[in-house]
Amino acid sequence: MTALLSCEGLTRRFGGLTAVNDVSLQFPVGEVHAVIGTNGAGKSTLINMLSGEMPASGGRILLQGQDITAWPQPRRARAGVGRSYQRTTIFPEFSVFENCRLCAQAAHARPWALWESAAACAVTGRIARDALAAAGLADAAERSAGSLSHGGKRQLEIAMCLATEPKVLLLDEPLAGMGAEETDRMLQVLQGLKAGHAILLVEHDMDAVFRIAERITVMVNGEVIASDAPEAIRRNPQVQVAYLGEGH
Amino acid sequence: MSRFIPWIALLALVLLPGVLTPYTSDLVVKIMVLAVFALSLELLVGMTGLVSLGHAAFFGLGAYVAVLASPESDPANLPVLLLKSVGVAALYALFVGALSLRTKGVYFIMVTLAFAQMAYFVFHDTKLGGGTDGIYLNVRPVLGPLDAGHKLHFYYLALAALAGTYGLLALLRRSRFGHALAGIRVNEQRMRAAGFATYFYKLAAFVIAGALAGLAGFLLAVKDGFVNPELLSWHESGAVLLMLILGGIGHLRGAVIGALAFVLLKELYATPAFVGSFLADHWQLTLGFTIIAFVALLPKGLIQLGARKAK
Repeated sequence: MTALLSCEGLTRRFGGLTAVNDVSLQFPVGEVHAVIGTNGAGKSTLINMLSGEMPASGGRILLQGQDITAWPQPRRARAGVGRSYQRTTIFPEFSVFENCRLCAQAAHARPWALWESAAACAVTGRIARDALAAAGLADAAERSAGSLSHGGKRQLEIAMCLATEPKVLLLDEPLAGMGAEETDRMLQVLQGLKAGHAILLVEHDMDAVFRIAERITVMVNGEVIASDAPEAIRRNPQVQVAYLGEGH
Repeated sequence: MSRFIPWIALLALVLLPGVLTPYTSDLVVKIMVLAVFALSLELLVGMTGLVSLGHAAFFGLGAYVAVLASPESDPANLPVLLLKSVGVAALYALFVGALSLRTKGVYFIMVTLAFAQMAYFVFHDTKLGGGTDGIYLNVRPVLGPLDAGHKLHFYYLALAALAGTYGLLALLRRSRFGHALAGIRVNEQRMRAAGFATYFYKLAAFVIAGALAGLAGFLLAVKDGFVNPELLSWHESGAVLLMLILGGIGHLRGAVIGALAFVLLKELYATPAFVGSFLADHWQLTLGFTIIAFVALLPKGLIQLGARKAK
């Protein structure tokens, strides 16, 4: 299976510190590929490089075989690389619907069409409604985004990412701060997205990771120490020492 | 009800010349011209979240081009001269915007200020536009029977410019372009993550705002028949920002109300018959205190008065 998104020897240095060192990973469609590691292991830096928010110091990023390492973030996003943020970054003063509609608009921009009303735009409206339904937020469409609960905002993060109609989802701790019930709902949403997407999941909730991921990569100090199926990772002695602790 | 207010205001402005004295008519024209200027800045500050302290550069440039591109003793062609003014202002905005939009926040404010001062000193320190004395526009532009030198003709010209600018920005605001600008104002990082090349959106807004400021400058030059370097100074950039703050940032009508309030307050405070000759000589002082009072009592601008009643 050729991966939709992959990186080869990806490296990021901040001055003398190497945050991500020589990381090569593959993200095929139909798979949740979880990246775990302690704080400072380089997980967010990895996402930032893949999404184009941060330039790589070395290595290559390939999307469907095409080298996109030098592409700026907006171009990557339009090519199908979507991401969500660890810290919620929504448009709090807009409605939930407009948050998604605006994200959908990136691929259907027509900025010169000043005579067309954005609110009445059929294409972006339909995509936004589909994204809200997929993320389980259809009932909240008309509410102000800032008034959503924490879990609701996390769902909106995913919906906004989906509204860009991505092929790849780079999800930075989508379960952070969620209760058990909200986590279940979010995992259901992710389960439903597996079929059509390549998903990179950075997450601290180990139970959730082992429930949903097909493949788990463990990072320590910017380097990949193991990348395998969940059972193999659970049994890996190196991982147990470095990260999972004695209990696992 | 509230959505009809701009139309009612337009109707009133169409009918107004029938009852105006020459003095009040001149005042209304001045307000309309400065309202175009304030609206152009509202596109940047209110709609895109870009606070520029150099917006007068495009205003002054539009005004200077109107004079410098007019023949010595024949009337210029009105639409051609207008396009020259707007075009030069837009080109300078493209240059300034392309460079300054690489910065953010306070740095953006300082860079726009620097580029405006640059343009200011070009006219202030060279003989290009008569130096510090400024330069006169001898013959107003015409188009067939329409003569911009005729008071009533010019009144309707300024009104058409105001209505056109307001209409254009109202359309822009509800369009996808306008929604994208609003998104950039609230969360630019997210807009980039969604796939918007935000730099070009901001640049487009900056150029349109510069072009509209050039239009306002053109109107002012034709109205007064005179331009001087002060039109490009940072005082002027500050004044137009104050109009927005007075009226209420984030609303098109706020910009118009702000221009109205600013001109009327200045007229009131600078007229010895109203406030005495000492205060009239120091009108900046009283105007300054008034604006501080306004901002303290109505932090969202005069538009807040109407909004409160509507609730």
